[in-house]
Amino acid sequence: MVQQDVIKELKEKLGKKILKWEEKPPKRYYLTIPREDILETANFIFKEQGARFIIESGVDTPRAMEILYHFSFDELNKIVTLKVLLPKDRCEVESIAPIIPGANWIEREIAELLGVKFLNHPDPRRLLLAEDWPEGEFPLRQEVRENQ
Amino acid sequence: MNRKTIIPIGPYHPLQEEPEFFELEVEGEKVIDINVHIGYNHRSIEKIAESKTFDQMVFLVERICGICSTSHPIANCNAVEDLAGIEIPERARYIRSIVGELERLHSHLLWAGLAGHFIGYNTLWMWIWKYREPILEIFEAVTGNRNHYAMMIPGGVRRDIKEEDIPFLSKGLDEAERKIDMVTKAVLDDPVLAARLKGVGILSREDAINYCAVGPTARASGIPIDVRRDDPYAAYDLVDWEVITQEEGDVFAKAVVRLLECFESIKIIRQCLKMLRTVKGEIAAKVKEIPPGEGIGRHEAPRGEVFHYVRSDGSNMPVRLKVRAPTYVNLPTCKATVPGESVADAAIILAAIDPCYCCTERIVTINKRTGQRELNGQDLLRLSRKKTEKICKNMGRRNV
Repeated sequence: MVQQDVIKELKEKLGKKILKWEEKPPKRYYLTIPREDILETANFIFKEQGARFIIESGVDTPRAMEILYHFSFDELNKIVTLKVLLPKDRCEVESIAPIIPGANWIEREIAELLGVKFLNHPDPRRLLLAEDWPEGEFPLRQEVRENQ
Repeated sequence: MNRKTIIPIGPYHPLQEEPEFFELEVEGEKVIDINVHIGYNHRSIEKIAESKTFDQMVFLVERICGICSTSHPIANCNAVEDLAGIEIPERARYIRSIVGELERLHSHLLWAGLAGHFIGYNTLWMWIWKYREPILEIFEAVTGNRNHYAMMIPGGVRRDIKEEDIPFLSKGLDEAERKIDMVTKAVLDDPVLAARLKGVGILSREDAINYCAVGPTARASGIPIDVRRDDPYAAYDLVDWEVITQEEGDVFAKAVVRLLECFESIKIIRQCLKMLRTVKGEIAAKVKEIPPGEGIGRHEAPRGEVFHYVRSDGSNMPVRLKVRAPTYVNLPTCKATVPGESVADAAIILAAIDPCYCCTERIVTINKRTGQRELNGQDLLRLSRKKTEKICKNMGRRNV
């Protein structure tokens, strides 16, 4: 595949759905998309463009809960990061674990540490926290201080 | 009648003494499903990082792992440098690669020794670990520590490699290369090892892609990914070396990848040492302020790609640090590799992805049907070794 093609392809595919495009060429691309489109976009990047899924990061910011999906095009040395912003009062997003088995654990981790609900996750159990950890307490959120 | 039995292994990894908990569902000798539980040793390093400065964070992430203790600092520095757009001095690049590759050497030897131990090749274990020792001595001479070298800072490295240390380093490498060569030939030619490990725990290319496997686990399944080549950092694009891959995806292929990678590591270190004689100057760029923004850093650790994501708001502390260690994506591949194999093979397959080593060994096996019988870690090892002995006997060879 030619150097720029995957990025151009992605831009064309998403079109107006891209809410924000940030880039640090030639290696890093960050694009914000509406949360309804994450499943389709992840499927396109992973299955059709053949990117490797690295991991998801959940970031708790004052305005919204951000979920970042990092994909690597290893042969082209590019990392494309998809961002979805979830409003704090409705932290829900479609799970990508049904199409990418490698996302199974990390979504369970984000769910329990940041309180994001992944809809249609195949195995929504806890991953890291103990069984007796109180419901509704999310240790990685900003309001939780380290000494609590 | 359904004779399904659940064998709990853990909460410590049976071979590598790590806090993980496996539930094997078995029918007779055959494993039909596996369930993994983790989280017994969660230290909330990502949370702690939010209250450390960028300089302190490097030393914090060094504590994530004791064996690949320089992997996380390199990935973290790469992330901070990506975020702030820092170029590190050339001499620092060579030193980073030297430390990274020495670490790969000792880590792969550690794994090879343990793998030998757990299939009952104790001689292999003893000898390999003996050959690993000089590499740790090199570390002590060069960095001051056998482990947790504390060599990396954003912008470069903390210690220079002195001109007078280079002969000692080269001599140690020559010695190590001869020994690793001997071991590799012995392993590749050994009919018992071939019978024991070939075709066992195969990870297909498709599964490796779907589970997003990295490092030797992916490379042994024919996926040629290596961050050192794909996203060059340190001095990896300045020296000549190869990415090792195998097609089979079984335990044997993973062992071959690791052993052959040792030679590539030695090759890289030699070239870097040679360059250190001519490339002089600073070993760290001055880093004043970290601007707001986000950065991604990667490093090819012995076990695969380490991924760090750092976000800054312009203060001296990160807003968020996300760490993805290679075992996090390699471990779930056991869902694809273990079912269908025998209980005696489960141990070595689980070890083949090379999770990190720490903690204490403790396994309890309870037969759910009777609730009576208890097996422990020793029994699992006994099963594994008995299988090797049987193969030796059938071949008319004496077990070593």
